[in-house]
Amino acid sequence: MEVLVFLIPISLFLGGIGLAAFFWTVKSDQYDDPEGDSQRILSKEYDDHPKE
Amino acid sequence: MSDSTFPEAPTASACPACEAAPMARRLAASGALEDKPEQGALMLSLPGIHCALCITTVEKALMAHPGVRSARVNLTLRRATVEAEPKVTAEALVKTVNGVGYEAHEMDPSALSTTATDRQGRELLMRLAVGGFAAMNVMLLSVAVWSGAADATRDLFHWISAAISIPAIAFSGQPFFRNAWAALRHGRLNMDVPITLAILLALGTSLYETAHSGEHAYFDAAISLTFFLLAGRYLDHRTRAIARSAAEELAALEVARADRLTADGEQTVDVADLVAGDLIRVRPGGRMPVDGVITEGTSELDRSLLTGETLPVFAEPGRVVSAGEVNLTGPLVIEVTAAGKDSSLHRMADLVAMAETTRNRYTSLADKAAGLYAPGVHILSLVAGLGWYFYTGDARLAINIAAAVLIITCPCALGLAVPAVTTAASGRLFRKGMLIKSGTALERLAEVDTVVFDKTGTLTLGAPELDASESHDREEVALAAGLARASSHPLSRALYEAAKAAGIEAAEVSGIIEVPGYGTEGSWSGKRVRLGRAAWVGAEPGHKTAAWLAVEGEAPVCFTFTDRLRPGAEEAVRNLKEIGLHVALISGDAAPAVHAFAARIGIEDVTAEALPEQKAARIAELAAQGRKVLMVGDGLNDTAALAAAHASLSPASALDAARVASDLVLLGEDIAPVASAVTTSRSAVHRIKENFTIATVYNFIAVPIAIAGWATPLAAALAMSASSITVSLNSLRLK
Repeated sequence: MEVLVFLIPISLFLGGIGLAAFFWTVKSDQYDDPEGDSQRILSKEYDDHPKE
Repeated sequence: MSDSTFPEAPTASACPACEAAPMARRLAASGALEDKPEQGALMLSLPGIHCALCITTVEKALMAHPGVRSARVNLTLRRATVEAEPKVTAEALVKTVNGVGYEAHEMDPSALSTTATDRQGRELLMRLAVGGFAAMNVMLLSVAVWSGAADATRDLFHWISAAISIPAIAFSGQPFFRNAWAALRHGRLNMDVPITLAILLALGTSLYETAHSGEHAYFDAAISLTFFLLAGRYLDHRTRAIARSAAEELAALEVARADRLTADGEQTVDVADLVAGDLIRVRPGGRMPVDGVITEGTSELDRSLLTGETLPVFAEPGRVVSAGEVNLTGPLVIEVTAAGKDSSLHRMADLVAMAETTRNRYTSLADKAAGLYAPGVHILSLVAGLGWYFYTGDARLAINIAAAVLIITCPCALGLAVPAVTTAASGRLFRKGMLIKSGTALERLAEVDTVVFDKTGTLTLGAPELDASESHDREEVALAAGLARASSHPLSRALYEAAKAAGIEAAEVSGIIEVPGYGTEGSWSGKRVRLGRAAWVGAEPGHKTAAWLAVEGEAPVCFTFTDRLRPGAEEAVRNLKEIGLHVALISGDAAPAVHAFAARIGIEDVTAEALPEQKAARIAELAAQGRKVLMVGDGLNDTAALAAAHASLSPASALDAARVASDLVLLGEDIAPVASAVTTSRSAVHRIKENFTIATVYNFIAVPIAIAGWATPLAAALAMSASSITVSLNSLRLK
């Protein structure tokens, strides 16, 4: 059972990374135009860098 | 946005509704006008875009426009946001976008409050994410405990659960804590009070149990309760936010500006900046932005949005005009008589405020349920706790049982019962072209047993159509069409269209001049010919909307018109009658026109020549007879009736004040979905009640177990998840 000492913090840490990533996506307006974003990937315009 | 940004924007907006009421709303929230930013983003509505190519084409075209710093298209909202130098006008951008083949309309950014609503939605989403993250982790640890972890391992898992759930609840549970505190401070009970109490009590006892190596800890229940309830709140918020942004979009499409005449020429200003004594120009097709007196020009005015009359009124210098009337033929110069607080705009703002308070008096099903539920749960848990304390003398056991009762009865299912159904129902209605604006609208709509329609602009389109019943000489029609071709008056347009549809070539009339307010005149085969008002051609005016054709030396010929029926109007009336509703018609129009129309569409209960107060009085009379009335109307004269009715609906073309007073807005032109709105809302309320029943049945099974002291954290988790999932699935069955 000693392995739990590592496993639990590791699982919490990984989950935390996911949570932080989600926070970042919300804060950086990534859910404002889901339809547009799904279409923009089809255009060659934004291959080098995303639209500002 | 600075006023000088739009030197050339016309008074007439592209959207067929009044500029007046957005101003009224802004006046009501006065003070906001002063601190407008000097320059902001320009917003364009792009209803036609749908693909990646559309996005890049529009963005490139906008970026190529001189003075534009950045342009971004939002495909979800069908909108473009443009940052540009102050000299760039929205009108020029609209032309640019039209130039690359897309429809575009200017939007008023001050009418869009997306940022404020967004912040609230985001906050809820973050809390939901944290709640979900914590709930999953704690649940994982709890599964280990349930499957037999004991002693030190169990205590360790409980401590880790505590370390996760306490901060998570402190963050995620704030909306409930705030609402509960607000209710308690005013000496009331709402649904959030038992929720808060259950969460806090569960955390408290679990912490105590953990510290004393107890067997049962309810951390998982506390955090998953928070998560489920937040999911309900978020659904509710999204439904409202979507409805609000769609309603705002309608308002934003009506840009409230006027062309003020000054010593240095014409200047486009915000309607709110006009003061009494200003001179403004109103072009043909434009709507009066303020109350005033005509000082220059003759024309005809369409007053149907104010009074319901379909006959245009002659306008000449000295005539008093009020906001909302439409100028039909000639340009007019208006001296503003009332602006700001004195004007009808302000009275409209009062009307809007009144409409909103009337609605707030309705107690929703959720409130009723909370009113029964909150005290019931508190008493039950208190009785259970006291009972066990006096029976065993063990305070720890008694408090544990009281907490278990609170958790098990806690309204996970109740919190989801209403939002899950309203989300499903409003999504369904939105796809049918209807927008629900008020939270309790579905419930009120479901109770409706009488539907009262307005005529002009609601069951009709407010656009004239040449009477087919009267036969005209082909030559007369050809001549009339020849004269009509030169004019943009609605009757002329209808005449010309009718001739074209009948395959009649318009006659060649030379030297046509349009005399604003009277008609058009020209010469044909050496004779003077006129098409216009009865008095102008020397004929007796009748009751019906008519244009007269006079050839020099001959008797004038009359062309009569009727208002074009709105698509789906007959179907709507028939379907409403089929589902057992009483249908009535109240119109401000003249009696013969109204009765003829009612017979055509199949409505027996008819009231004609009704003044606005009489419309509202008729609604009140019906209400006094115990009827629940759905009012469908579009004009200023309907606003009081819309506000007085049990539920109300208006088409998107309605005056802003009427839309604001309505619970539902019909987005398309077709009015047929009105009947399905009633059936959808009835089935939604049926589902909500079913959900309450399901939740109650769960409680009937679970509460005795909890009171008996047999409830384990596992049982609580099962009961809570099972009831929440059943309720959500049941909501999806909505037809």
